[in-house]
Amino acid sequence: MPRVVVDVMLKPEILDPQGKAVHGALERLGFDGISAVRQGKRFEIELDGKEASDAVAEIEEAASTLLANPVIEDFDVRVEP
Amino acid sequence: MTVDTIENAAKTPDDPQPWAELGLKDDEYARIRDILGRRPTSSELAMYSVMWSEHCSYKSSKVHLRRFGELQQETSVGKLLAGIGENAGVVDVGNGYAVTFKIESHNHPSYVEPYQGAATGVGGIVRDILAMGARPVGVMDSLRFGPLDAPDTQRVLPGVVAGVGGYGNCLGLPNVGGEVVFDPTYARNPLVNALCVGVMRHEQLHLAKASGVGNQVILYGARTGGDGIGGVSVLASETFEDSDGSAGSSRRPSVQVGDPFMEKLLIECTLQLFSEGLIAGIQDLGGAGLSCATSELASAGDGGMHVVLDRVPLRDSTLAPEEILMSESQERMMAVVEPASVERFMEICRTWDVRADVIGEVTPAGRLTVEWRGETVVDVPPRTVAHEGPVYQRPYERPAWQDDLEAASPSSLARPSGGDALRETLIRMAASANLCSRSWVTDQYDRYVLGNTVLAQPDDAGVIRIDEESGLGIAMATDGNGRYTKLDPYSGAQLALAEAYRNVAVTGARPLAVTDCLNFGSPEDPGVMWQFAEAVRGLADGCQQLGMPVTGGNVSLYNQTGDTPILPTPIVGVLGVVDDVRSRIPYGFREPGQIIYLLGATRDEFGGSEWAHVVHGHLGGAPPAVDLDVERELADLLYHACRDGLVTSAHDLSDGGLGQALTESVLRHGMGARVWVPDDLDPFVFLFSESSARAVVSVPHGEEVRFTSLCEGRRFPHARIGVVDDAGVLEVQGQFSIPLDELRRAHESRLAQTFGD
Amino acid sequence: MRIGVVTFPGSLDDGDALRAVRLSAGEAVPLWHGEPDVRDVDAVVLPGGFAYGDYLRCGAIARFAPIMESVIDAARGGMPVLGICNGFQVLCEAHLLPGALVRNDRRKFVCRDQRLRIENARTLWTSSYTAGQEIVVPVKNGEGGYVADEPTLDRLEAERRVVARYAGENPNGSYRDIAGVVNERGNVVGLMPHPEHAVDELTGPSTDGLGFFTSVLESVVGA
Repeated sequence: MPRVVVDVMLKPEILDPQGKAVHGALERLGFDGISAVRQGKRFEIELDGKEASDAVAEIEEAASTLLANPVIEDFDVRVEP
Repeated sequence: MTVDTIENAAKTPDDPQPWAELGLKDDEYARIRDILGRRPTSSELAMYSVMWSEHCSYKSSKVHLRRFGELQQETSVGKLLAGIGENAGVVDVGNGYAVTFKIESHNHPSYVEPYQGAATGVGGIVRDILAMGARPVGVMDSLRFGPLDAPDTQRVLPGVVAGVGGYGNCLGLPNVGGEVVFDPTYARNPLVNALCVGVMRHEQLHLAKASGVGNQVILYGARTGGDGIGGVSVLASETFEDSDGSAGSSRRPSVQVGDPFMEKLLIECTLQLFSEGLIAGIQDLGGAGLSCATSELASAGDGGMHVVLDRVPLRDSTLAPEEILMSESQERMMAVVEPASVERFMEICRTWDVRADVIGEVTPAGRLTVEWRGETVVDVPPRTVAHEGPVYQRPYERPAWQDDLEAASPSSLARPSGGDALRETLIRMAASANLCSRSWVTDQYDRYVLGNTVLAQPDDAGVIRIDEESGLGIAMATDGNGRYTKLDPYSGAQLALAEAYRNVAVTGARPLAVTDCLNFGSPEDPGVMWQFAEAVRGLADGCQQLGMPVTGGNVSLYNQTGDTPILPTPIVGVLGVVDDVRSRIPYGFREPGQIIYLLGATRDEFGGSEWAHVVHGHLGGAPPAVDLDVERELADLLYHACRDGLVTSAHDLSDGGLGQALTESVLRHGMGARVWVPDDLDPFVFLFSESSARAVVSVPHGEEVRFTSLCEGRRFPHARIGVVDDAGVLEVQGQFSIPLDELRRAHESRLAQTFGD
Repeated sequence: MRIGVVTFPGSLDDGDALRAVRLSAGEAVPLWHGEPDVRDVDAVVLPGGFAYGDYLRCGAIARFAPIMESVIDAARGGMPVLGICNGFQVLCEAHLLPGALVRNDRRKFVCRDQRLRIENARTLWTSSYTAGQEIVVPVKNGEGGYVADEPTLDRLEAERRVVARYAGENPNGSYRDIAGVVNERGNVVGLMPHPEHAVDELTGPSTDGLGFFTSVLESVVGA
């Protein structure tokens, strides 16, 4: 079944307390050499019959309407091979 | 997948079955075979094993718990509308209102997965209350953790607190109180006891039973998945740690995950179903899932039940019938509905976006039968599953070490002498793990939602208004002191009762009824069993003396690591009624010039005290003496003082004694106080003794004469010990003084420092 | 004057908002999220809670509730609309207000009595106060951090559209201590703290929250 993946990330200028906390935890666990962590969301959308390439435009609209809030978030839509 | 049907079971009587792995003992398995006259099918085995587990059957505790059933089933307001044995007890609080409340443990799951364990603990107790026909109106949580500074406490406590808050906040139930206590014995055995209280009109009471042949059995709420399969049985029966001591991987149960939004819908939907009279019987699905709900409903009713398991909506289509029967997926309810009401029932569920399916019906035969893919996989007498499980007379014996413990009196411990040493002790105590401010925890709980919270933590009891017109309200408190109970289980349980009773009374409420959650180690250890038996005896005798019934509760055993059990921890919840919440009494000094009185007699009592624990790491001797008659006199005095407007604040004296009560009272509104030591008391005993049946109150200037004559008329011990001022200092005359800023820093920063801001 | 309070399936403080309207001598009208329109009310309150569970983003799904189309139209037409907590999140998601609300900087739910400074007393919802007045109302949220890009924040400041600011400690990391904002027209206000829980000394820290409700009653009656 074709699948479209939407990744949603907070915009770089928006504070991400969760990513910051994960970064801190990683450092405490001894994972060094990490300069920043940001946490996002991933949506996996299964398509029913439709060709994935045809659906992309529609999913992009869904992403900007509901899945992401463009005021604070960026998103990326791609077809999973 | 081959299905083990009853036909197959009859044909293959000697097939080996994993009864031992499911926690059944050999005689229990033999009894199942005896009841059925054949070997059980694997589905039946699953049902019996989970329903006969310690957690569901109370097989070790039952013989002792009978004491609670012998108490008068009545409060000072009226007869109980439902008592022990129902999902939750129901108490008449007057004006046609009834209140149902209960406390329940979710200890082991909260150790494995703190957030979800605690969250689903709240969800479970809320459904218990809902199943009685009541609207849930508040929650409380009584928590125990390992040492504050232990690394695992860093994992467990923040997760548990976020879980209690995350679920309750999203459901919209105010959290109005509880406790947080630290002790090394809880390190791998945290206690998460959640209490819920609900309100209904008398006529709305509903009991869990399936009656009326032909009535439909409807499962509604969330779909069924693989959550916590065997969780109850496996977790509550044996330890679940791997041999290396880590919270295990190989036997790690699948954790239940909660969805509070679903539960919110379930509450609103269920209350509408009740109000339209569409429910003939109802049961929530908690531990043991469908096994429990079907067998308990059928067992309590007058007939049998037939269930078609294929009709249960699944989240995971690969589940086997045994797994569907044992699944502990959350946010599900089961209702028995007359055929004519089914259509409207379904319509209401659709309004709330709640899935509902008819999965069976009430049958004439006294059997519970379950069908899967057209074949019968369960055919049992439901009472043998739900109500006639094994009962053990576990051996119990006062442990040999008890004498030494009692002999290790705190009288030989070095006491602070002189003002500087007392000052240093008071500050050290105020900053200690068990006495420091809980705001880091309680600020994560919504106490305002629903707009009826009159008092909440840090007040001694939570007070909730239930009728806006008349001001009728209820008060609740939970308490438990494991150290006292270890020193003397009988008195320790009574001291927990006395403290919860007092905490309710200091708000101006009349205490009415009790719920309890009894957390102990392994019942297979005769010493633990003795602690349990003594605690139950103490609690039952205490309730008898105070005229309060125990309306229900929960037992949690096997809380131990290796051979080391937790401190015996009976948590007692007391419910009280407040005639008019506008006259409630909070704690905390508010106005300069008010006079501070100490009520009750202070004796040299330090066994099990917070002082001995914090300063000397000592536990020994006898706990403070209990006198429940004096507790009742104090409660009565406070009730009248409150009614006549003679006190503006009142605070219970318990852990940490007067010093701690004064610390909290001055810091609340930033008022200072000048306190003097009565001539007949040693300053150290005055400040730190934990004698019971005491409270500190403030009396408005000009009301001292009326107040003291009220005390004198009742011959109740009272001493004028100080005055409130706005000097910004807590001063004990002739001993020391502490600026409030310094005291506040000590008292309020500890938890934030430990767990991060 | 009729003030409607919208109940979504997961609304929690709807009863309190209705009570606050009654205590301010307004007529409180319960509205259901599935209704097609706001009927004949004169103002709307979107209350606190977790409208649809809010697992995606707070307010993201509520924005598309049947009744919201009518709320959005009415708001654009000048009807007074107050969004409290979750309601504020819904108004931002619906683009009736700029910015967004994100997880608290301390990553914990916070419930406490909060000092607020009223910055703009000229909106339909704050006219009972004076600019600079300090009040105490409860704050309780897990995702209450107000964020917007710098130009938006600068514009809000320049246009005096910050309605209230946290005084003392900032409970959730809101940029520039912003607790509430108003739209350009001055009729739509979003507020993270809960004035409806400060309407009675018995159940709240103060009665300071009543001003939001008396403001709208006075402004509409006076209009």
